[in-house]
Amino acid sequence: MSDLLIKNVRLIDPSHHLDQVSDIQILKGKIAAIETAGSISSNENTRQLDANNLIAIPGIVDCCARLREPGLEHKATIHSEAIAATHAGITTLCCPPDTDPVIDEPAVVELINRKTSNTGHSHIVTLGALTSGLNGLHLSEMHALQQAGCVGLSNARRPIKNSLILKRAFAYAATFDMRVFIEPDEHSLSKGGCAHEGKIATRLGLKGIPVSAETIAIGRALELIAETGVSAHFGRLSSAAGVEMIKRAKNEHLNITTDVSAHQLHLTEQDISSFNSSCHVIPPLRSQRDMEALQKAVADNTIDAICSDHQPHDIDAKQAPFASTESGISALETMLPLCLRLYQNSLLDLPAIIKKITHAPANILGIDAGTLAIGAAADICIFDEGEDWQLSEDLMNSSGKNTPFLGWNFQGRVKHTVVDGQLLFSD
Amino acid sequence: MVNKATKPTDNLIGRDAWNIQLDNNGHLKHFLTTEGLGTDILTQILDTAESFADINEKSVKKVPLLRGKTIVNLFFEASTRTRTTFELAAKRLSADVLNINISTSATSKGETLLDTLQNIQAMHCDMFVVRHSDSGAAHYIANNVAPNISVINAGDGSHAHPTQAMLDMFTIRRNKGANFGNLRVAIVGDILHSRVARSQIHALNNLNTGEVRVIAPKTLLPVDIENMGVNVFHDLHTGIKNADVVIMLRLQKERMQGALLPSEQEYFKLYGLTEEKLQAAKSDVIVMHPGPINRGVEIDSTVADGKHSVILDQVSYGIAVRMAVMTMTLGREKVAGDNTGDNK
Repeated sequence: MSDLLIKNVRLIDPSHHLDQVSDIQILKGKIAAIETAGSISSNENTRQLDANNLIAIPGIVDCCARLREPGLEHKATIHSEAIAATHAGITTLCCPPDTDPVIDEPAVVELINRKTSNTGHSHIVTLGALTSGLNGLHLSEMHALQQAGCVGLSNARRPIKNSLILKRAFAYAATFDMRVFIEPDEHSLSKGGCAHEGKIATRLGLKGIPVSAETIAIGRALELIAETGVSAHFGRLSSAAGVEMIKRAKNEHLNITTDVSAHQLHLTEQDISSFNSSCHVIPPLRSQRDMEALQKAVADNTIDAICSDHQPHDIDAKQAPFASTESGISALETMLPLCLRLYQNSLLDLPAIIKKITHAPANILGIDAGTLAIGAAADICIFDEGEDWQLSEDLMNSSGKNTPFLGWNFQGRVKHTVVDGQLLFSD
Repeated sequence: MVNKATKPTDNLIGRDAWNIQLDNNGHLKHFLTTEGLGTDILTQILDTAESFADINEKSVKKVPLLRGKTIVNLFFEASTRTRTTFELAAKRLSADVLNINISTSATSKGETLLDTLQNIQAMHCDMFVVRHSDSGAAHYIANNVAPNISVINAGDGSHAHPTQAMLDMFTIRRNKGANFGNLRVAIVGDILHSRVARSQIHALNNLNTGEVRVIAPKTLLPVDIENMGVNVFHDLHTGIKNADVVIMLRLQKERMQGALLPSEQEYFKLYGLTEEKLQAAKSDVIVMHPGPINRGVEIDSTVADGKHSVILDQVSYGIAVRMAVMTMTLGREKVAGDNTGDNK
């Protein structure tokens, strides 16, 4: 069943610096051969997919997506979001630990894994909680979480106020070579805020979140990373100043990686100026200058990966005055199109942008994905680079329709998705 | 001193937010913010208020302009003075008035704002006067009510309080004449949390006021406030120098928490308005305050009750201004060429 021959496709695999029109042979769910187009002869039992004029890339790896299960199944489920991911060409999702119950014990990991395999769509990996119940006080059983399959540890956006506890959590994680995933946020500065502290928040009378909420958290973490030697990932950067600190730390060869959400590369504080709650995100959309610095950091590799920061909501979550709405964007469906826009706007070339959503995040998560090497799992996203389309609610497969990109015109659309050699989606 | 000029792009900020205030013919449908409203509309509000100010001084204070209309005062936040003046304004226009205090009813039972709105809407009313603790609440409600309903913002979070700002403009115009271009207006106090200040700043700038100043310690000023077209001062004496109008803002007691200020005493010493400090302003300066006053915190009693004070005038003008806004929004169908009545 999982044998497939994809013919005449432009294959872009940044993990091998490959960009050529090829045939891809898949046997038993793995990449068996990649040859120049027309050179692999098919046997009649093998399913064929003629992908002439289409682009094949390794299946997209999204290093941060909230699936809402367990805990908030009225917003979305593993089933609904895994299917939405497949349709969006995302074959691996990484789920942060702030579920309910929190991913702080193996049973929760097992629950998610079981639901994932029952769904039979995109893969889901998990981050374990850095502190028990994400309470910021007690270490979680990190080794047990590692054994259960967690690819890293995180306290999500929950605060660890005590720096000694943070240091010990880093040190304990380093004991098992586990990477810590940090969403930099100094809680005392961001608490109650819902918009970038700047001219728009001032006009709208919204409580601001200053850039220092991000930079102070980055600064503290960097010092403790240096002292403990833990490998660390900074996720969802939002500010020029934050990027600058990361850049300096990378120059000092600190073992760190970073990501930014796709929407932070396209939206600014200006987009909330009509109290548009679909643009209520945390960290907040910041100034034009911040957005441009983030784009530049993606181009110069200060930022390694781009994620969706997917946060699907039910309709009610966004039906309130701005500050009282829940934050987050349903973002799986726009992840690839928004990234392609960076290429279309000449910010970086196609292989470079593809790397940010395949090979780079797979390396960060330490998983066998994001590559189409011989023998690798056949997770493939095939898209039509030239197809024009407009995002509308009825095109969205995610349970969450909360996105500011409704009505946007995009170029480039997913046509087929292969997971473990199985063609799970064809448009 | 900060350059007052704003970049052309800044005029676009919030455009969508204020767009919904006008119907297809450019008439006022909702009154949510003074931001983005032209001199023409603001002047029309003041002129209309002028005609009602006389009615309020007669022994029979009622006109039948809004007979048969139902106005709902929807207050999600406690208020006596503002609600009362809205109620009086509506009654003097012969409208039926319903007061609903939501903080003590529906939402505490778990009903969402939208549910509450739809329920009241089903009673076939014509206008919501809304106060809510969330910035943007009035916009949200205006975007979600039936197309025939007008919404007046009676204060939303720290965002806007446009009728208060317009009664302040009315007070200034009555005392200083219609040419705002000659005036220097200083607003003193907690700008950070003040919806009144924001609405005043937009109104003053849209009426082409000569100079608008804000005076406060840095903890009570929002970032980039210069961007709204004001000059910023931290010293009261310098800030009110040669001012024609001084507007004092109320200082909430809870500002002593959260390290915004050390004490009321120090605040009064630095920013409290006394007879002596007022000497720096022009000799015919008027002193205003949206109320309620904290005597001895932001203003000395001798000033509040003194010859420069127009604080009680503000309260009585409040009724005329609210009558003006109500007739302008609800009376639109009488205007020739406007048959649509909404902009959806």
